[in-house]
Amino acid sequence: MTLPEDYTTYPHRAEGYDHQFYEWSKMHTRAPASWPDGKSVAVWFCVSLEWFPITPEDKPFRAPGHMVTPYPDYRHYTVRDYGNRVGVWRMLDAFKSAGVKASFATNAAVAERYPELIEAVLADGHEIIAHSTDMNGTITSDLPEDEERALIADSLSRLEAASGVKPKGWHSIARSQSWRTADILAERGLAYTCDWVNDELPYRFQNGLVNLPLNTELSDRMIVATQQHSTQGWAQMMRDSFDWLAAEAKGTDYTQGGGRMLPIQLTPYIMGLPYRIGALEELLEDFAKREEAWIAPGADIVAEWETQQ
Amino acid sequence: MRENAPDPGLYDYQAYRDRPKLQWPGGKTCAVWVAPNLEYYEINPPVGPHRKPWPKAHPDVVGYSYRDHSNRVSHWRMADVMSRYGFPGSVSLSVALCDHHPEVVADGVKRGWEFFSHGIYNTRYSYGMDEAQERHIIEDSIETVERATGQRIRGWLAPALTHTPRTLDLLAEYDFAYTCDLYHDDQVLDVKVASGQLASIPYSLEVNDHYGFNVYGMSGREYADCLIQQFDRLAQEGERTGAGTVMCIPLHAYLIGQPHRIGPFEEALRHIAADPRCWKARAGEIVDHWRAAQ
Repeated sequence: MTLPEDYTTYPHRAEGYDHQFYEWSKMHTRAPASWPDGKSVAVWFCVSLEWFPITPEDKPFRAPGHMVTPYPDYRHYTVRDYGNRVGVWRMLDAFKSAGVKASFATNAAVAERYPELIEAVLADGHEIIAHSTDMNGTITSDLPEDEERALIADSLSRLEAASGVKPKGWHSIARSQSWRTADILAERGLAYTCDWVNDELPYRFQNGLVNLPLNTELSDRMIVATQQHSTQGWAQMMRDSFDWLAAEAKGTDYTQGGGRMLPIQLTPYIMGLPYRIGALEELLEDFAKREEAWIAPGADIVAEWETQQ
Repeated sequence: MRENAPDPGLYDYQAYRDRPKLQWPGGKTCAVWVAPNLEYYEINPPVGPHRKPWPKAHPDVVGYSYRDHSNRVSHWRMADVMSRYGFPGSVSLSVALCDHHPEVVADGVKRGWEFFSHGIYNTRYSYGMDEAQERHIIEDSIETVERATGQRIRGWLAPALTHTPRTLDLLAEYDFAYTCDLYHDDQVLDVKVASGQLASIPYSLEVNDHYGFNVYGMSGREYADCLIQQFDRLAQEGERTGAGTVMCIPLHAYLIGQPHRIGPFEEALRHIAADPRCWKARAGEIVDHWRAAQ
């Protein structure tokens, strides 16, 4: 099939990006960020609290981790729910024992359905981030604007009603946004999103929203579930990352260095299994002892970064 | 190529045994070239009839921002490691990057890297182009890279590996020296073209970081081991047969420059650079040396 005549014309081919969301900036020559107490690597643990209805929806797309078999998919419904009943409690114990404060990206439905879980998350001093309504609440530009606005409004109001907390951060399912999402989030008063994976430090969108990059490559979903590495392999990658970032923070041939960030995304039904949780516990103990590590929830990292802009 | 024939007629069969002797400069037995892909993916490209640019409705936030990591963060991380061990880049360039982020291209120029074309954008595919359109992207590539770097490009890696039956003939007509699109060998060899000449230089899918991480799901350490084993074997074969081999390390900063992978990659480059059988070269030098020996 032939291509249209204008296929070799490029209306947005000019300096900068081909969109208006944010400006280009290279990380290694920015004014160095500094973290509290002279620490050089901010470590951000972000746990996803997800409820997958047994009635999956495909519009605009089916969330990763959602139902697989014909209805009723008991297998995946219960395996996912295991994370909320069992796995996440192992994680909470592990965080507490290492003195770690994390972020919990939470479906509104989880807050409504499992109030004792949310109570425990908040009692331990963790942060709650908004994470849609439930795992049917996906967003792309195919979602009509009024439905997207309603979805985000519903997520925020239900989460706030159930948890008593007004979240500062937003994490879309599968990090998937539409052309409109960033503006809707800013209009709703959210301080930050963590969906764009193009950087390793916070940066500001043109509309004022901050993006706190939550590296998809470093998630347990990518490393353990998709690439099928062992948790020991996963932990090794986290340590390799930390060591590299701590060295880069001191300055190298191409950068004067400055504070770096290591985002570690965790999923209770993946990392909260009996044979896997030990690797997380060891990693938490290890990082808690590293002199370069500032382990903090996302909102604290954003707030600290904002004071330096 | 022979259009629509079962055998495209790109080259003659040549057994790996008893190849003509070829020594790389200084008696080296394996020419190693590193090929960073410096790319620009459009956030809202036109959707043609042959291949969908993004799996999701635009903007595909993860797809787009994943690649943007190269141009904000990881290019410099990757380039610094290469420079530290004396490996110049031979860049597979989305030439529109010269317009969008000229500082990334300038960094390669400053490091003495060679540039060849990887199309205008990695979101514009050659499938279905008519001859005028294909000439347009070749001429655009030559002009754009010459303006940005002072170099007349001599090589081609098709945008997103998309071709037409006339691509290789056109490259020869425009006096290109090499294509990186054919994966049939571990040595430089001629490609059959309608007029003039064109060499195929081994690029690689198998040790491409994209395959290593996103197809085979390797860890950074496993990928680094692959590079070391690939090099050790090719250097040993070149030594044994006297017919110099070629190893390419095709990279994408957004993959190899991730914090959990760059450290192991540095160890692989350290190993290869320290081996006296390694000729650290640019693609054009390898092709020229081979061509002179024909």
